[in-house]
Amino acid sequence: MSLELKNVEKKVGIDTHIYTTSLKLEKNTINVLLGSTLAGKTTLMQIMAGLDKPTSGEIWFNGENVTGMKVQKRNCSMVYQQFINYPNYTVYENIASPLEITGVKEDEIKQRVGKVAELLKLSAMLNKKPDELSGGQQQRTALARALVKDSDLILLDEPLANLDFKLREELREELPKLFENRDCIVVYATTEPSDALMIGGNTATLLEGKVIQYGKTLEVYNKPENLISAKVFSDPPMNIADIIKSGDNCKFKDNNLQWKSSVKIKDGTYKIGIRPHNITAYKEGNNSVEINGKVQISELSGSESLIHFTNGNLNWVSLSNGTQQKNVGEDTKLYMNTDEFLYFDQNNRLINNG
Amino acid sequence: MAKITLKDLSHSYLEKQNNDSDWALRDVNIDWKDGGAYALLGPSGCGKTTLLNIISGLLKPTKGSVLFNDKDMTSLNPVERDIAQIFQFPVIYDTMSVYDNLAFPLKNRGLSDSEVASKVKEIAKMLELTSTLNNRASGLTADGKQKISLGRGLVRSDVNVIMFDEPLTVIDPHLKWVLRSKLKELHQKINRTMIYVTHDQTEALTFADQVVVMHEGQIVQTGTPVELFEKPKHTFVGHFIGSPGMNILPCEIKNGEINFSGQKIQSHKAIKKTNFSKTQIGIRPEFINFSKDGIPVKIKRVSNTGRHKIVDTECNGGNIKILSNASTEIPSGSAHITFNQKYTYVYGDNWIIE
Repeated sequence: MSLELKNVEKKVGIDTHIYTTSLKLEKNTINVLLGSTLAGKTTLMQIMAGLDKPTSGEIWFNGENVTGMKVQKRNCSMVYQQFINYPNYTVYENIASPLEITGVKEDEIKQRVGKVAELLKLSAMLNKKPDELSGGQQQRTALARALVKDSDLILLDEPLANLDFKLREELREELPKLFENRDCIVVYATTEPSDALMIGGNTATLLEGKVIQYGKTLEVYNKPENLISAKVFSDPPMNIADIIKSGDNCKFKDNNLQWKSSVKIKDGTYKIGIRPHNITAYKEGNNSVEINGKVQISELSGSESLIHFTNGNLNWVSLSNGTQQKNVGEDTKLYMNTDEFLYFDQNNRLINNG
Repeated sequence: MAKITLKDLSHSYLEKQNNDSDWALRDVNIDWKDGGAYALLGPSGCGKTTLLNIISGLLKPTKGSVLFNDKDMTSLNPVERDIAQIFQFPVIYDTMSVYDNLAFPLKNRGLSDSEVASKVKEIAKMLELTSTLNNRASGLTADGKQKISLGRGLVRSDVNVIMFDEPLTVIDPHLKWVLRSKLKELHQKINRTMIYVTHDQTEALTFADQVVVMHEGQIVQTGTPVELFEKPKHTFVGHFIGSPGMNILPCEIKNGEINFSGQKIQSHKAIKKTNFSKTQIGIRPEFINFSKDGIPVKIKRVSNTGRHKIVDTECNGGNIKILSNASTEIPSGSAHITFNQKYTYVYGDNWIIE
């Protein structure tokens, strides 16, 4: 089983919504489409489902050209950000509805609904109506309906975006487990890099209608091909600065901070990307350098602290473990783990891809 | 400005109350110092809006009293209480200029033109609104408008308390931290009693010196951000603060010994009292290590989030989550773990035993 987009392009009037894209998704994989609003995630999914036709290019499923084939003829399910359930049906009837339509026998429906309800912790709510449920339970009902029918392709469009923080944490942990033993291709769209990392699988980074990079999630995160992919896959935002390399030494263009680098590149000017967690209130790695800063604010998430600070003309974001409280305007000292710096050339392509 | 005391407050929206769940608010006692920055934190439905409405005078409590500087305010209406309130959505006069919007609350109090002008200029400077003072408010962006709402709440120096009800909900994520730092800075400058209501742990922990965590109508803990993370007084706080939340595991206590999963566990303090219907161990994923001996566990799943590994394990006593550095080698199959004694707590009927 595989889903392949071959040179797919989507134009609406003179606007290009999806630039020429080729992508091959293999069976039993979860594929995250990661990008901000208007990156083209939903359009891509609608093309994959057959809800929308590409302007040019082809979609192949299991070696068959399915371009233009209607969604009804394709075995696929979709879950949206807004929970969509039938308000007059019970949870049981909601989950059972796709099976009823295709004429599955009553005993089998009962057994399959029971199984998927147990998986999604809905067993106790099967006789309730959607409006008696919490937001998380309603979205689980919509998910259950998508899962019950053994689709070849399951498309999830920001399914957790409308849920409370804690619920989201729980569900995005459960989701990959749900698909572990299923014979299907899952596509999951999100704006949040942390979702992609928690879900794992493969990730495609998207920006303004272009797929920037596609690969194993951790590889895309650890080795972004270029600065755009790195930026899309960084939350809080990645720190980016111009540097000058000469000999073994590197220094920032805008201040005198120096460090030794073993990266094999010619002398010259480059850009570096530093993820916030590689600037910390404590030393990490064997090659850290100190950076002084003026605190703009320190934000606490409970178990981690974000410190926003300025150094010279640059604004920096750092992320440390534990609760580090700093006052606004305070002078502080932080440490940058130079081993984790990402070096980019003048064309914004990653250099230290070793 | 005022010291605020909430004394034995309980509130029910029902006429008759038969059990705990009939109360929206139960036995709330709070002392808020003059000039402090406080947050009320909890999920939707925990009673925080009820409490806010009781403080502002929109709601009369079923039981108990509200005191400002030791003076009973319980039966006074909102106007008589002299408070400023900032809501989720900007409340401004679209047809007025930014200046007139900020001046409005002062003119209403009959301040002289020169006093009004100096105060408006002062607050506009703090909020970086000086250059837009003559513009019409209608042309501003959502965060610009919310800044005016904040300014209007902050401009009067004669209010008893300034209350914020989820004020950053409509603000774009990348601007949120800017306004958060602004608010924090303003509090340090003008030193008024401020109460911030939110379901977002980052906002609460960042803004407040003291955070009040609410759950099912009750206050479950009041403390600094560090205290809430390091020593949750209630299992709900352990679960709600931190990501992933605390591991809460069933245990048995006999003769002062804690037994979990067939092992003797040392907690931060010796346990004396044991007449509870339910006893549990609480340990955060951050405070568990792999070790040579200790509790035997099976490794179920490892999620690499780029900077951490979240390890799901299973033992006789239940499922345990462990948070490790991304560079840590995780054993496969089976392993042993130990809890950091200093951060191992025992809970009796969900409350910490000390």
